Parts: sequence; C-alpha cells; structure tokens
Amino acid sequence: MSPTNPIPAFDLKEKTYLDSNELIINMGPQHPATHGVLRVILKLDGEKVLGLECVIGYLHRGVEKIAENRTYAMFNPYVDRMDYVAAVSNGLGYCEAVEKLLHTEAPLRAKYIRVILTELNRIASHQLWLGTHALDIGALTPLFYTFRDREEILKIYEKYCGARLTTHAFRIGGLQYEAYDGFAKEVKTFCDFFEPKIDEYEELLTTNRIWIDRTRGVGTISAKDCIALGVTGPVLRASGVKWDLRKAQPYCGYQEFDFEIPTGKNGDTYDRYLVRMAEMRQSARILRQAVDRIPDGPIMAKIPKVLKPPAGEVYHSIEAPKGELGYYIVSDGSTQPYRIRVRPPSFVNLQALELMVRGQLVADVIAVIGTLDIVLGEIDR
Amino acid sequence: MRDYITSYLKSSGTPGEAGNIFWITVYILLIFAGVALGVICMNWLERKIMAHMQVRLGPMRVGPHGLLQPIADALKLLLKEDLMPEQADSVVYHLAPLLVVVVAFTVFIVVPFGPTHAVTDMNIGLLFMLGVSSMAVLGIVMAGWASNSHYPLLGALRSSAQMVSYEVAMGMAVLTAVLMTSLHGGGIYGVGGVQESGTGTLSMIGIVQAQAGQHVWFVFKFFPLGLVSFVIFAIAMVAETNRAPFDLPEAESELTAGFHTEYSGFRWSLFFLAEYAAMIAVSSIAVTLWLGGWLRPFPNWHGPQVAIPGFWQAGPANGVVDLIFALAPAVAFIGLGGLCFLGAWRMAKNPLFRIQMLGLAAFGALLALAALICVVPAVRDRVQDVFWFVAKVAVSMYLYIWYRSTFPRYRFDQLMKVGWKVLLPIAIGVLLATATLGVVIQAVMGA
Repeated sequence: MSPTNPIPAFDLKEKTYLDSNELIINMGPQHPATHGVLRVILKLDGEKVLGLECVIGYLHRGVEKIAENRTYAMFNPYVDRMDYVAAVSNGLGYCEAVEKLLHTEAPLRAKYIRVILTELNRIASHQLWLGTHALDIGALTPLFYTFRDREEILKIYEKYCGARLTTHAFRIGGLQYEAYDGFAKEVKTFCDFFEPKIDEYEELLTTNRIWIDRTRGVGTISAKDCIALGVTGPVLRASGVKWDLRKAQPYCGYQEFDFEIPTGKNGDTYDRYLVRMAEMRQSARILRQAVDRIPDGPIMAKIPKVLKPPAGEVYHSIEAPKGELGYYIVSDGSTQPYRIRVRPPSFVNLQALELMVRGQLVADVIAVIGTLDIVLGEIDR
Repeated sequence: MRDYITSYLKSSGTPGEAGNIFWITVYILLIFAGVALGVICMNWLERKIMAHMQVRLGPMRVGPHGLLQPIADALKLLLKEDLMPEQADSVVYHLAPLLVVVVAFTVFIVVPFGPTHAVTDMNIGLLFMLGVSSMAVLGIVMAGWASNSHYPLLGALRSSAQMVSYEVAMGMAVLTAVLMTSLHGGGIYGVGGVQESGTGTLSMIGIVQAQAGQHVWFVFKFFPLGLVSFVIFAIAMVAETNRAPFDLPEAESELTAGFHTEYSGFRWSLFFLAEYAAMIAVSSIAVTLWLGGWLRPFPNWHGPQVAIPGFWQAGPANGVVDLIFALAPAVAFIGLGGLCFLGAWRMAKNPLFRIQMLGLAAFGALLALAALICVVPAVRDRVQDVFWFVAKVAVSMYLYIWYRSTFPRYRFDQLMKVGWKVLLPIAIGVLLATATLGVVIQAVMGA
C-alpha cells in the first residue's frame, strides 16, 4: 500500500479482546450502503477507522470460467451480468475485443449506434451512482429524481432491443437490430429533456452546505496513489489526471466526436461528484453529435457464421462509466475462448478504499464506498 | 357531583389548578389519545408528503389514498414476534422502550393548548418540560447498551452525545425567550392598547399570556433577536429529536437502524411512537415560546364592535375580527372535507374503487360534521385556542418532513461543530444582546 496515508495500516487479525478502545464491526454483506454484497470488516477507535478489509466473492458466479465452455457469441450475454447497471458498456468492450481478435471492425453505422447506446448507458450508470451515493449520505430525494429520468433511457433500450437492464444490445461484428424508427429523434428529445435535469440534481446538492461538508476533503486520494493502485475512471480524473480511454486510445469511432474530459483537482469525494456530473453533460454532448451524424449503411460486418478466431491473444479496453474495462482473450483457434480475463474497473478501484478512509470516520466509509461507484456483480464476476 | 364536574368549566384555570381530578383524568386521556392520533397522522402525512416531494405517490392501497395504512402498519407490528438477542440484558432491554414512551408522553402535562386547556400549569412548566424530555436520552442509551450489539451501541453513543450537546444551545435559546417575558417591548409592537411590561415566568401558560400582554409573538420581538433565537431553537430541536439532517443515531446507511436495531414488533413501535411524540412536544415548546402558543394572529385586534346576535357572539370580546378568526377551525375542517370530496369525485369510476370512494366521501362527511360542530359558539370558543395551537405545531411538523426530504445527513464531528461552535456562541450572544436591550429600554421608559 502506498505510504502517503499517515495512519499506519492495521492488521485485522491482531487480537483486540483486551483493548477496550477498539471495536471490530462487520459492515455487510447485508448492509444498506455497501451496494450489494460487499463485506467490510472495520476496525474502529470510537468513530475513527483504524483499518478495514474488504471481503468479496459473495456474488461470484465464475463468469470467466463459464466463458471457456461457451462459444464467443454465446458468452456475449454473460458480460451484461457483470456490471449490470452498465450492461451496454460491458457488451461493447467484449464485442470490440473479439472483433480485434478476428481482425475485423464493425461498420460505421453500427459504431455510431454503439456510441449512442453506450453514452446513454454512461448517463444511466452515473444517475444510479448519484442517487445511491446521495442516499448513502442521507439525501433521500435525488434517488427518485435520477430513477425517474433513468427510466427514459431504459425506455429507449427497451424499444431498441426489448430489454431494459441486461440488454445484450451488440453482436460481435456489429448490431443485430437496426435502430427503430425515430430512434435519433427520441435520443435527441432525451438530451433536451435531460440536460435541465442535471441542473435540478445540482440544485439539490452542489451548493448544499451539508453536502459540501460531507464530501469535501473526504476520501482524498492523490494522482500518484491512483496510478500506483491502477485506479481509473472518474476517480482518477477527479485527482487531476486527464486520462480517458475515449481520447487516449480512441475506439469505436470516438475520435470523431468533440468532447472534453472533465477533471478535478483535489481528488476528494466532492470533486468526484463534480467530475461525474460534468461527464453526464459531456455524454449528452456526444449524443447530440452522434444522432446528427448517423451514417447510412450496413450494421453488421461480414463475419463467418461460426466464429473461429485465429490462435492468439488480445487485450482490449474501453472507458466504461466506472473506469477502464478490459478484456484479455486467449484463443486457441477453436470456437470457444481458451481463457477470458476481465479487468473490471470496480474491482481495481475498490483497492483504494482502505487507503482513502484510513483515519477518517465511519460515515466517511459510506461516502467513499458510494463515490467509488462499485458494482459487486463486476467485482466478484 | 354535577357541580364538581361543571365547576371547572366555569373556572378560568387549568384542571390542575382547580384540583379537579375528574377533569385532570379527562384531559390526560384526551391528550394521550390526541398525541397518539397525531403520531398516526404524522406517519401517514410524512409518507405522503415525502412521496409527493419525491415524484411518487406513497401509500395508495390500504384505504382511500392509503389513509388506513398507519393502522395496518400498527396491526402488523402488534402481531410481530417480539425478539430479544440472546446476550441482551433483559431487564434493561425491556425497560428502555417503556421509559422512552413514558417520558415522551409525560411532557404533555404542561403543554398549554389554551389558557385553560392544559392538565396543569406549573410555575416551572418550561423547566419541567425540558428536564423530562431530556430523560429520553437515558432510554436510548439503555436500549443501545442492553442490546449488546455493536450497531445499537454506536447509535446510542452518538445519540446521547448529540442530545446532550444540543440541549445547551437549546437552553440558551429558551432563556432568551424566557427573558423576553420580563422585558418591556418599548411600546412599538401590536395594534393598540397598553403593553404590559410583564414579569418573568417559566410557566408555559404565563409565557403565552406575556406574549398576549406585550402584543407580540416573541419571534418578532427585538427583531432580529427573537427570530435568531427561534431559529437556533428550531435547529436544536431537530437535532434533539434525532431527525434529518441530524438523524445520525439512526443513520440507516451507516448503522442500519441505530439504537433500536435489535428491537422488533411492538417494542420497536414504542420507539417510533416516542420519537414522533417527542417531535410534537418540542414543536409545542417552540410554538409556546416564540409563536404565541394558542394565540390567533393579531390577538389584540378586535375590529369594530358590531351588534352580533347573541348566538354568534365571539368569545369574551365581540369584534368583527374576533368573529372571523373564531370561524377559522370550521373553515379549516370544511376545506379538508372538501378536499376529501374532491378526491372521491376524481377517483376512477370503477366498481373496484367503489368502497374506497365511499370511504373517502364518508371521511369528508365526518370532517364536515366536525366543521358544523365547530360553528356552535360554546364549542367554537373552547376549540379555537386548541385549533391555533395545533395548526402552529402542524406547520412545524411539516418543516420536519421538508427537511428530511431535502437535506443530506451531517457527519458526527460536523454535527458537534455546528452545535458547539456555531449555535452555542450565537445563542449566548443573542441572550446577552436581549438582556442589554431590555435593560436599556427599561431605563429609557423609566419602568
């Protein structure tokens, strides 16, 4: 662990029965604020956190192992179940990784529709983050506002592919479904509807004295520590590192869009909040450009019916709402992958939790878990 | 016997002063039932109001617009299994909710719903109320300790620290108001008539009478001193009752349910009852001290004397304004009843909704009947004090709900900082300023 936190790391296995000042409590796996089934063992001195250990695996389904017994196309729906609030991003990463392995690329029209759906998904994921994060900090109302507006995105998904959450929207090589009539118009309507809603969320929180008190200076992490721990996504950007794979290693035609990478300065919870709010605005900006310029053409690349990628390996990563989502695929030339390894952003980001909250208060643990925006489905896989 | 019963009605004191055990019992029963009913209403209102603030409907299924939901919930709680952790201290564990409830209801003895509508009027009424209500901390600590579990313990510790520290700022704010009872307003308040210079009192009824005599609600007195002390009290009372944004002891996202995590069923519902009763109690302190208690707006403005037929005569004074304000309870009931009828009329015309529609209409009819009863002069004069008091408390309760759906939650150290470093210095400053101003005015007036 990086040495920048002045409070020494704690060995939780140390016996504490004789020390009446210290208290070990178990937060989770069933706890309203651990976003699923995360178990955090906290060592407290009163309200102060001396150390913590995350216990994960309560949602382990062996997704990576399942992949070895499925064909490439059959595994596609499984990735939706990892980060289930950003299923489309997961699908994009997987499809692009396999396409890379096949040395093919989706047609331009498919890429544009993919970008639109993925950016909608980024907004939906950030909305869910905002609602639950605010709920953890005690603001009940934003949750309902964000869910109300997220519904509009889910409706677009439902119209596009029939599913709302685990969409399985993309296919290897492109798309299965052509965009429905009025798709572009509806997305545009959503942008018009949604941008004022961001102001509405911000009105409740951004200048709220209590919100600022609860988030500013809480869970601070420096850019150096972020890089050392491999933390990516909004958490990294809030620490001041301008690193977004959409710009750094453009994929899926992101180089054609004009958008900014919002960054923060202090790397605290408040900055991460501002970064994500700004990201939602940027996503809306990308959406507007994309729907204006959707080209005509095929939506599926010419790929064989039975996928047999040449033997070899590939690593492809995309900027999921939570950070860098990478797929490492090894092919032995058969119809089934020899090995798939997923690099989920939540799993890596969760590492930073201990560093971020050591020496802070119990309430901050909740705030920081919220601000890391973890999804246990993705961590445990 | 009959004289014994009617003697109180003719007297101008509280039953406690008259030493009338019959009426004391009646009042205690009425207050108990009233507060319990208030808690039930609060439960429903909180869910409905919060729901509407949060773009949802709230309870809609049990009864028309979910009106019977609190009753269904109460029944469910009564039927639930009464669990106790194996390692818990059983005596303390069972005693804690009782203590909290007893304390929460005891304070209502001195709450003045009207000049004669209180169980008794103690000369230390305010002190009694603050003292008894702070006993609730004990119950909470007992509950947290006896549960023998980490989360309740943390919740109880937070709660006790919080209640104790906010009581200091609260006490200073209360002192300001008490001080104001003895300070002459300088003759700038009110709509006419002579202002009494007033004598200091801690009696709840005395404090309201002082506001009547000085022609000013203390929230407006020595502007902005009265207002500031009221705001301090209003903040401290939210913290004192452990409500959002100061609901740390029961911070759901951190401590699951705080000190009552291990309680279930009826015992849990006692905590719930006590929490809401305590909210009503502190709101009534605020209303009594700053918002003129049972006084209607402009209590000394009677308007031109008019010849009103004897039956419609309003109270002791007989002006147009008196009469208009005396009809306020009836108007309020009619308004509520009208809302019910409107709701029944707008309800979907479907056989499935028939019972609900009839129920809502019947409720509206009940309210309309109450309005009719409130028009009868004998009732009207006795009820209007209670009406204004309850209306003011209701506004305060609405604020509680509003805070809850608006604000995030403070962190423990920040809460302490607000209490000790912000509220307390301001409260002391306001107290000193009030005292100084009072002395200066007294010297100028030569009183």
